[in-house]
Amino acid sequence: MLQVENLTVYYKTIRGYVQALEKATFTIADGEIMGLAGESGCGKTTLGHSLIHLRPPMNYIEGRVVLDGREVPVWDMEQMQEFRYRHISLIPQYAMNALNPTRKIGKMIAELLESRGVNFDEVLPELKRRLDLVQLSHDVLKMYPIELSGGMKQRTVMVVSTLLNPSLLIADEITSALDVSTQKAVCEMLVEFRDQGFVKSTIIITHDISILYQIADSILVMYAGQLSEKAPTETIFQDPRHPYTKMLIGSLPKVGVRHQEERLLGIPGSPPRLLNPPAGCRFRERCPVAFDRCVEVPPFLEISPGHSVACWRAY
Amino acid sequence: MLSLERVTKTYRLGAFGLQKLIAVRDVSFEIGERQIVSLIGESGSGKSTIGKLILRLIPITSGKICFEGTDISTLNGQSLKEYYRRVQGVFQDPFASFNPIFKADRIFRMVHDEFYPEMGAREWTEKVEATLRAVGLNPPDVLNKFPHQLSGGQLQRFLVARALLLDIHLLIADEIISMLDASTRVDVLNLLADLKARGLSILFITHDLSLGYYISERAIILYRGRIVEMGPTDKVYNRPLHPYTEMLMEAVPRLDRKWEKEIRVEREGGLAGSEGNGCVYASRCPQAMDICTQEEPDLREAEAGHFVACWAR
Repeated sequence: MLQVENLTVYYKTIRGYVQALEKATFTIADGEIMGLAGESGCGKTTLGHSLIHLRPPMNYIEGRVVLDGREVPVWDMEQMQEFRYRHISLIPQYAMNALNPTRKIGKMIAELLESRGVNFDEVLPELKRRLDLVQLSHDVLKMYPIELSGGMKQRTVMVVSTLLNPSLLIADEITSALDVSTQKAVCEMLVEFRDQGFVKSTIIITHDISILYQIADSILVMYAGQLSEKAPTETIFQDPRHPYTKMLIGSLPKVGVRHQEERLLGIPGSPPRLLNPPAGCRFRERCPVAFDRCVEVPPFLEISPGHSVACWRAY
Repeated sequence: MLSLERVTKTYRLGAFGLQKLIAVRDVSFEIGERQIVSLIGESGSGKSTIGKLILRLIPITSGKICFEGTDISTLNGQSLKEYYRRVQGVFQDPFASFNPIFKADRIFRMVHDEFYPEMGAREWTEKVEATLRAVGLNPPDVLNKFPHQLSGGQLQRFLVARALLLDIHLLIADEIISMLDASTRVDVLNLLADLKARGLSILFITHDLSLGYYISERAIILYRGRIVEMGPTDKVYNRPLHPYTEMLMEAVPRLDRKWEKEIRVEREGGLAGSEGNGCVYASRCPQAMDICTQEEPDLREAEAGHFVACWAR
């Protein structure tokens, strides 16, 4: 179980702090797959990375992270070494293209495990079992990354990053470069890994909300560095309470909707700059129901079990 | 208006161009007046190659592309310039389409110098501003700015506006939505629908099936350089005939239906055109029969306007 309280992370630039993540407070239960959705630049990747690798120019400002009852010292790069990979694992964006091209997959895994003080031969039977599970031949261990297709590389990365049964897996845009058919297989593997108990909690970061509808148990929507809404997936789609969530869901083209019959609407305007952002709710300039109160930051409050929202109109 | 007849494009690969990659093979289709046609395919299916061939950015290997009755490969000099007055393209990455050291509106000046050198400055400014308003931009907000000061959606609309400054009849829109955020992509899609209402035809190249459904009346499904199915959008989507289209429709993440729970890893095939004989999809097809690996199926009309290339149908 992951608990995040008031986590605030800024980027330090010459012109001041870019306020990329503001007082993030949420929990993820054991076995929960949480989707993290939002537009580019909303802070979703910052949130994911700050839980494991909070390095400059990212600056820890305040907040705490508790994983399975244990404090995670996200502000300390050295102490985090113990958590990385063993307890918290990250699949960064484009990870499948970052495999070392000069190492065979097996050698690369052995070196990785060695750096964590784990014996490769002890883990090998389990590794093979998991390769079988994702329908990869054991031969990939003797292959170079260039010999694998995109889907095979992504599956390899998923097996490697969950090999030590981390408590938390953060998957950043792992489906965005894949074809439709491979995308589905990779998504189903995330669910399978959870069902098999390889990982306890999962955060899937993606801009593609239809993927989250398929596999996520809950969805956290972010806007301009602030949390807007978190709720079970069905609730986000059926009964969204934050105006941003409503407009975002409403703007998605669905198979079965054509422009002649139902003209979808986008959200006018663009997100504020996060260097000296306006006070209060950051969505208020694009919000159709904004009122005086919105100059104060709305708290992220639980309005019904498992459903939290930050909007003065929703309480 | 535009017709492709048995168009094939082969790229040469390797150190001396000894290897061949058939990117597009025997592709024939038409785009009529005021039509939006979706060209749908996964990566490597040849969809962007077709767009580039129509824009004459790369030479054709065999076959013919005719625009309003004229074979476009015969165009040169003045006639080619006339062609570009009528046919323009907009591409995937709006940031890569601009030179970052110049202001973004330089593209309009270039159109002026090349195509309308006789037009006066005031008249031209009015035309640019009217066009910008037509694509939903407020001219004072976007003119005289550098590309990094504008958002992806604004830049993409800039590029559409650049195309509209010319008297275009056909717009090749190659993945123009995929780099945009959800809240702005619908606006660009609606813009395309509005342009169609004003008499434009659009070839909408995409890998995203739900976008194709929203905007187009005809859909063409490509697989490895071959058309496997084409027809009216609702028929292709709701009653797909080709096993590949069926697989796509089932795998696309939808908001109205959840995936059936099964892990099915698609078998991976070789490169496009490397199989030689037989159907391009045979190595992945669950319904493949003997004939599928021996002979290539032709595109046949299964019902009015709905074509499929499959032996099992």
